[in-house]
This record gives sequence, structure tokens and C-alpha cells, in this order.
Amino acid sequence: MTALPAPSQKKLGLVIDLDTCVGCHACAVACKEWNAGGIAGPLTDENPYGKEPFGVWFNRVHSYEVEPLAASAQPAMTVHFPRSCLHCETPACVTVCPTGASYKRAEDGIVLVDEDKCIGCKLCSWACPYGAREYSAVEGVMKKCTLCVDRIYNEHLDEIERQPACVQACPTRARHFGDLGDPESKVSKLVAERGGRDLLPELGYKPTNKYLPPRPRRVGESQTTAGKATHADEKLDPAALPPVLRWLDRVLSR
Amino acid sequence: MNPAFSVIFFTTLTGAGYGMLFGLGMYQTRDFPLHREAALETLFAALALVTIGLAISTLHLGKPWRAWRAFSQWRTSWLSREGVFATITYAPALLFGWYIWRGESGFVVTVVALALALCSLLTISCTAMIYTSLKPIPAWNHSLVYPIYLVFALLTGGLWFDCCAGLVSLYGLAVWAAMGLLLAFFKQSYWRDIDRIELPSRESATALEGIGKVTVFERPHTEANYLTREMGFVLARKHSRKLRVISVLLFAGVPLLALLAAWLLPVAAVFALWIAALSALLGAFVERWLFFAEAKHMVMLYY
Repeated sequence: MTALPAPSQKKLGLVIDLDTCVGCHACAVACKEWNAGGIAGPLTDENPYGKEPFGVWFNRVHSYEVEPLAASAQPAMTVHFPRSCLHCETPACVTVCPTGASYKRAEDGIVLVDEDKCIGCKLCSWACPYGAREYSAVEGVMKKCTLCVDRIYNEHLDEIERQPACVQACPTRARHFGDLGDPESKVSKLVAERGGRDLLPELGYKPTNKYLPPRPRRVGESQTTAGKATHADEKLDPAALPPVLRWLDRVLSR
Repeated sequence: MNPAFSVIFFTTLTGAGYGMLFGLGMYQTRDFPLHREAALETLFAALALVTIGLAISTLHLGKPWRAWRAFSQWRTSWLSREGVFATITYAPALLFGWYIWRGESGFVVTVVALALALCSLLTISCTAMIYTSLKPIPAWNHSLVYPIYLVFALLTGGLWFDCCAGLVSLYGLAVWAAMGLLLAFFKQSYWRDIDRIELPSRESATALEGIGKVTVFERPHTEANYLTREMGFVLARKHSRKLRVISVLLFAGVPLLALLAAWLLPVAAVFALWIAALSALLGAFVERWLFFAEAKHMVMLYY
């Protein structure tokens, strides 16, 4: 059914920390590895070792240059931005589906595609502003992130492994998985503490996944004057030096 | 957006077909409807256009043999509603054909003809709503998209209806000329608007609003992917000016001249109408191609 269920109590999703993500693409690779053999598999690659490789991925890691606002004393920075399905509260990709292949789970809010019902009309991918859905021309059906639904409830895995492959693979712990419907959960507290944000909130799809903006960089004297300082500007307090160095300073200063 | 030919032919051919069926249904409620042969020929031509258009639309699907599943989600999906109404319309169309073939007339036939006109109108509306309901594509999520789809269907269908039925009346010529002008006006305002549309900011798309100005440093992949091929189509924007002029000339310019010729030269009227009908449909193809190719999808904010 493409009619949306009543908002679930449980809203499973990801919190992605743009402050700590280093853009290593480990999440994208781990996702591809798991899902190529998972319920959403295969994630077909066309011409994988040829001139123009082309394939389905559920995670894409963009890198942006951020030029600070003139008013802020912040330095310029690069921000690495992992993009995947946000498991929206009101996903248009689900309601536009003519066959009922796209659906949002009533129990935990995960948005999935039933590939046995998908006719490959691609309308859902047009309806998603986040580019979460990628069509596989080889299989003729739409593919999307499953939030590793075949891992997170999988009792054959050790409990510590029952989280999405992307979260487990992240070497800087920039990805967090949990219940964003529970205000007491670790992820909800993280969002509250760090001011987690929605992507394109003005469109009203109410994404479940949140992004933590980069923390302000420390702006001290060393940062602001870096590169401009000459040795004449450096202040050395001989009184603070150990005796041997104080003697050396006195000899060299003659 | 990538202008897939299957979708362009689907929207233009079914548009013309349902426009014809609408014209036929409305015409048959008059005191002096079409005679039997003309009505049957027109009905056959319209159903052929509709059926070819719908058949071509399945070429867009990855799994066309599952298309029957698309009838199920009419509660939420405009595409599903389109499929449902397109199929339902065959019922009054075939019933109407049956009555005409048997030479019947009267209240029941009038009701069936009206139902045919109504179903045709609803199907055209659903087709337009598929596109105009998509918020991530501001050029489609525009208030003029629906009236433009509707007038295109009524104009191309109406001209084809007149040709097939061999109808030439001053009233008809005036209506089609007015519709052509209206369409040119609609498209002009539409194009002026979409040239000024601003997508949301990349800052909003990346949760970096208020932090700084965001520019692409490095894409996630060196080659194309589905998103950049499907949503990142750029060829047309380069040629959009010329193609806009060509489409207006085809769907309004040439038909207007042909209609004028039909009025001034009654001997060549039917021939001139055919020119108008062919030209308008050709103009619809170009316009529909631009409608897809010029539309920017928000996902490209990330690229």
C-alpha cells in the first residue's frame, strides 16, 4: 500500500556527523558489499572494469568547499557529505508509486521497495529531491537503501553487529543509528545537543535522518595570524624558559 | 530531466486521442450529431491514437508485463489514477461505438457520449497531475502546467477530430484559432516564469545553511550514475531558445495560418485543417520534449 501509515512511535534512522566525516567512502563501500548480497541485491554494476562504469549505490559521499560567511571569523573548510535515503516521515516517493511496491513500514518507519511488485516506472526517483533512489536498468526495478533491515533485526548476527553496514564501517564514528522517535535515545540526544538538521526542510517531507553541522572551529591567535606572522612579531619570554635555554637565548641574542 | 521518447509520445498521442474523444462525445450531444460512418471513423482513429500512446508508455517501464499492478494505488498515485481512467474510458467509448454502429440515438446515447467526454477529460487531467504534483521539479510543479496539458490535448485532439469528421465551420475555426493563441500565451508566461525559478539553495540541501557558501569540491564519483543521467540532462537548455520558437510556430503559427486559409479558401478547407492538425501535433512533440529537457531536478543541487 502506498498510502502512508500513521506516524510510527519508532522512527529508525541515521544521524550523520558532518564534523567528523573524513570522506573516506567506507560507508559507501560497506553498503555496496552488504547490499549486493542482501534483500535489495544484486546491486548491479554495468561495465564495472570498463571505460564508463555505471552502477547502483545507496550511499554517495559528496565533498564540498565551504567559504565562511564574511561576518564570522571561521576559516574555510571542506565538508564531506554522505548522502543516502532519509526515510522521510511523509515520503513522496511512496505515495506516487502506482503499484504499491514502495512502502513505508508502519512498525519502524523504514521506506522499502518490494522489487517483486516494482514495474520500473522511475516516478519515485523523480519524486525524491534527495536522489535516494537509483534505478537498475539490468534488473528493471528501482533500488534504495533498506537501512539494512536484514541486519538490524538479524538474530544470526551478534548483537553488536545489528546495525546498518555503513554505520559499522565508519572509522570516525560519524554515523549513528537509532530510534529518532524516542527522545531519550542516544541519537535523539545527540541531535538535541548538536542541533541536528533536516535536509531541504522547506519541502516538507520530514526526513527522519538528521545531519549534525560542523562544530565552529577554534579561532585563536594562532589561527588568525597563521602565515602572516614573522619572527619579529613572535614574543619570547626568557623568564619562562628552563635555565639552559635561557642561557642559550642570552648568548644568541648578543 | 532526461526526455524519454516513450513518455513524450505517451503524453502527446494519448492527449490528442482523449482530446478527440472529448470532441466526439460533446459533438454527439448536439441536435445534429455526426452521421454513422464519420462518427465510427473518428472513434476508431481516436482509440487508435490512445492505444498506441498507452502501448508506447509501457516501453518506459522496466517490467512492462507487470503494468497491471499500476491499477491498484489510485488512492495516492496520479500515475495509477491515469491508468485507471485510461482503461475506464474504453467502456463508454466502445459502448458509444456499439450504439452508433446499430444506428441508435436518444437519451441513453447522449448520456454515454457525455460519459465519454468526461472520462477523457479526467484521463488528460490525471496525466498532467503526474508531472505537476512533483515538488522536486519546480518547472513541473507550476500552476500553468495543468492548463497547458489540457489545452494541448483539446487543441490537437480537436483539430484531428475536425479532420477525421470532415467538419469545417466558422465557429470551429475560430475556437481552434483562439486555443492556439491561448496556448502560445500560456507557454510564453510559463517559459518566462521557469527562466526565473530558483531552486532551493545548496546550503539548505546540505544542512550547511548559516555556516558558509557551499560549492562542489569533489563529486562522489568520476563517471555518470542514474541520477546524473536521468535528472542532470543539459543538452536542451543550450538550444532552448530556438526550440521554443520552433514549437510555438508549429503548434500556433502554422495552424493559425492554415485556419485562416481554410476560412478564405473553402475548397481547400479540409486540406488546410489537416496541415493545422499535423503541425499542432508536431509542435506538441517539440514542446513536450522541452518540457522534460528544460526541467531542473533538485537532486542536481548535490552535484
